[in-house]
Amino acid sequence: MPAVSKGDGMRGLAVFISDIRNCKSKEAEIKRINKELANIRSKFKGDKALDGYSKKKYVCKLLFIFLLGHDIDFGHMEAVNLLSSNKYTEKQIGYLFISVLVNSNSELIRLINNAIKNDLSSRNPTFMCLALHCIANVGSREMAEAFAGEIPRILVAGDTMDSVKQSAALCLLRLYKASPDLVLMGEWTSRVVHLLNDQHMGVVTAAISLITCLSSKNPDEFKTCVSLAVSRLSRIVSSASTDLQDYTYYFVPAPWLSCKLLRLLQCYPPPEDGAVKGRLVECLETILNKAQEPPKSKKVQHSNAKNAILFEAISLIIHYDSEPNLLVRACNQLGQFLQHRETNLRYLALESMCTLASSEFSHEAVKTHIETVINALKTERDVSVRQRAADLLYAMCDRSNAKQIVAEMLSYLETADYSIREEMVLKVAILAEKYAVDYSWYVDTILNLIRIAGDYVSEEVWYRVIQIVINRDDVQGYAAKTVFEALQAPACHENMVKVGGYILGEFGNLIAGDPRSSPLVQFNLLHSKFHLCSVPTRALLLSAYIKFINLFPETKATIQEVLRSDSQIRNSDVELQQRAVEYLKLSSIASTDVLATVLEEMPPFPERESSILAKLKKKKGPGAVSVELEDGKERGELNGGGDRGGDAAIAASNASTPSPSADLLGLRSTAPASGATPSAGSLLVDVFSEAGPSATSAGVNDDGFLRFVCKNNGVLFENQLLQIGIKSEYRQNLGRMYLFYGNKTSVQFVSFNTTVSCPGELFRSTKTVEPLVEGGAQVQQVINIECLTDFIDAPLLNIKFRYGGALQNISLKLPVTINKFFQPTEMAAADFFQRWKQLSQPQQEAQKIFKASHGMDTEVLKAKLLGLGTALLENVDPNPENYVCAGVIQTKAQQVGCLLRLEPNAQAQMYRLTLRSSKDTVSQRVCDLLAEQF
Amino acid sequence: MQFMLLFSRQGKLRLQKWYVPLSDKERKKISRDLVQTILARKPKMCSFLEWRDLKIVYKRYASLYFCCAVEDQDNELITLEIIHRYVELLDKYFGSVCELDIIFNFEKAYFILDEFLLGGEAQETSKKNVLKAIEQADLLQEVCGLCPR
Repeated sequence: MPAVSKGDGMRGLAVFISDIRNCKSKEAEIKRINKELANIRSKFKGDKALDGYSKKKYVCKLLFIFLLGHDIDFGHMEAVNLLSSNKYTEKQIGYLFISVLVNSNSELIRLINNAIKNDLSSRNPTFMCLALHCIANVGSREMAEAFAGEIPRILVAGDTMDSVKQSAALCLLRLYKASPDLVLMGEWTSRVVHLLNDQHMGVVTAAISLITCLSSKNPDEFKTCVSLAVSRLSRIVSSASTDLQDYTYYFVPAPWLSCKLLRLLQCYPPPEDGAVKGRLVECLETILNKAQEPPKSKKVQHSNAKNAILFEAISLIIHYDSEPNLLVRACNQLGQFLQHRETNLRYLALESMCTLASSEFSHEAVKTHIETVINALKTERDVSVRQRAADLLYAMCDRSNAKQIVAEMLSYLETADYSIREEMVLKVAILAEKYAVDYSWYVDTILNLIRIAGDYVSEEVWYRVIQIVINRDDVQGYAAKTVFEALQAPACHENMVKVGGYILGEFGNLIAGDPRSSPLVQFNLLHSKFHLCSVPTRALLLSAYIKFINLFPETKATIQEVLRSDSQIRNSDVELQQRAVEYLKLSSIASTDVLATVLEEMPPFPERESSILAKLKKKKGPGAVSVELEDGKERGELNGGGDRGGDAAIAASNASTPSPSADLLGLRSTAPASGATPSAGSLLVDVFSEAGPSATSAGVNDDGFLRFVCKNNGVLFENQLLQIGIKSEYRQNLGRMYLFYGNKTSVQFVSFNTTVSCPGELFRSTKTVEPLVEGGAQVQQVINIECLTDFIDAPLLNIKFRYGGALQNISLKLPVTINKFFQPTEMAAADFFQRWKQLSQPQQEAQKIFKASHGMDTEVLKAKLLGLGTALLENVDPNPENYVCAGVIQTKAQQVGCLLRLEPNAQAQMYRLTLRSSKDTVSQRVCDLLAEQF
Repeated sequence: MQFMLLFSRQGKLRLQKWYVPLSDKERKKISRDLVQTILARKPKMCSFLEWRDLKIVYKRYASLYFCCAVEDQDNELITLEIIHRYVELLDKYFGSVCELDIIFNFEKAYFILDEFLLGGEAQETSKKNVLKAIEQADLLQEVCGLCPR
């Protein structure tokens, strides 16, 4: 036991704590606690009235037990009794207990509020402070209802003691944050602002937190605080280190107050009054100067306090973004920190420079530090610092340094932590495209990206490289050569095979003159990867093969043999089988002319413009484009239909010369004609749309919303102005979604504003984004989501901005679906079936029988089911073809256990999907969502 | 500031102060996750980290970790000095404070914190003034200190 036992030691408590500490095991500890709880319970229930001291001691023990992590369900009444004790020490413990163990029992709250009311009117400052601390610690709505009117009066009353004022200010702040509607502005507000002038530094320190919060919400009402804050700041900054006595911290005058003053000023634009502004600029200059002076102490506290003010001043300078001199000076001073021996300063300097990079005044100055930042990316030992360095490189990137930065980021990717790879990949891809002048560089970069981090490269990225290669004939030969070389690696990523298959199929002829990449060599190389790939990639490769037959007649025999083999022509996957059969027929029946026409080189993709957008433009005339994309599904059909229609039209026109070709296409003549029918049936449409524009052009074409049911990351939306990337993570009933808005143009977006409207079953908090998005820049927004109870409607994201004067308005469904809150549950067969039986009421089950709209490949199905968030249970279903899964949906209100069974029927190309859960709406919703995925 | 946690090298929570409303379950989960995250970090690493949508500022003093969660716009360095000032206050009050002082006098640690920070914001940054308030309270206790021991 420590020697010190100030004030009143409670021996019984100390003995109890010692006992607990001496417990050798968790069990012993629990036993000791239970014994104590029984003892306290009997004392509280006993006939003998307890004296105040005993009551206090037992309440304190309960508190200790609670803080150890155990549940406490009694003692509240005794604690409340202590509140009305006239012994300070008992009152104090009573308040502490109430603050820590808030209870929503209304009778108790009434008693607590009464006790607080008495103490507030006691005129005893110590008691008043205790009561205020309690309100501030609890901060509940009930307390706000009871005291939100009283506290402002205490705060501004002339005769209130300083210490009480301090507590009252922060108490009011807490109530305002919790229940802003209950704190009414009034006559007191103007007097609160004048607390900035108070004699007592402690009062100013406490009051400014309140004023800052109120100002950020009601800037106009509090704008007089600007000049007061400037003059206060000026007095502090120019004071000698001893002037402020105990408010000087390690030779730095009032660091906390200075930071808060600078923070308050960030709620406002630069002062309009010239004198005030001049004084403020002087302050900022002084702060920058002082940061350069030799330190008055070697203690880290001295430098931390001084630099805290410096960083806050720099934040203000960046916020104003109007003083080029100060911006450049700030940048230079941060530059010195980039190589400081304190990790903390390096971290903060990197972070702060990131915002400086986006200012036109300081962008160039930031760029001069590129070598240091690259070095940080390579050598920092702490991943959080490396992450900041990567962010800064991304922020400082422009046409002049893109090659260098992209190269460094690529080489960092090879060793980067898994947690940040995906983000890095997206950043590299964006930078590479945005600053590509030389397209062979772009191709190299994306292929490298696939090579280094193939798993993290989303479809959109490799679709894009193909689109660019197709549209630019100056890069096609180079792309063919490069991808051919990349494919020679013994292990290469499947995404590389896809790109390779597509590009060699289209442009393999450009490198076929070289005997090292003769047609047969190319084919053998591609085919050596075939058996390692998934069904969609194999399908793509088959299309490449038929293109080879057209490009290189000498490969015809070899390829026909491959197509004819049992593993192709009798493949159990219907898509592959169909392709093999049809391609084989096509190659043997069609004349070379027909073949050449059908398999003509892909026409260039239209420049990135969504078909819907173009349509709307036509209708409303240019300049008044407003896109309203309400329903994900509708969008998908409209746009998808449009695009596929386009491709089909090309196919049809390619083959429109009558006679032989017409017959041939007659096999599938319905497909090109109707055009809009997607799905497996339409062979040619499929060949062309494999990597066609549907996936990226306007991003949304492909049912943006439903695409994310089984995955969390990717591109949600894209048109020719804006790309929205999404990255989300879920844990229990909480989710966080990162939205990345990328301005694809070179012109800034102004009045950029996003709103998220949520159905009542979800709760979300969103940080607003900056209203300006520079040309080529990307801004990030974080949305936190809490699932209160199960739901059907997804949140709607509305984005408005002005681009060259025209208002853009985009609405999207955010892909938040109920299955995101699944937690997988592993269970044995017996358990599964027992629970399955328990959930046998008709409304607990939802079932759908539907036709397969994609291939029925086992691995793909498994991946989708895992993506759904459930646990995939092996060896449970007696039929090995079936899949069963189990998971629990976590909502705030309740947990909903969910069992799933998926029965594929490969012959009929059908599925039966059955969902059972303890809640009918959940079964139905999950069933509906999932049925769209196969 | 959203919350402050004190925990030992073994991961035992010694003090927890929450300035935002959270359920008991959420608090336990946050503490568990965060304690794990911080204990896994090496000594020379940066004192700041991004964690969920919060910034975490932490520092180790002897066997105890002091850890604050602040919001995006809050100043990391000044938060670090908030921690230091609190340590100084504890040190001055207990006379070279150690982990045991905080275990056995946990209620005092809470009272001192309440004088210094309220609702997550600095209430009084002068060491003298905070200690004066606490000593006055102790004095009040002694005046009526005829309580049986």
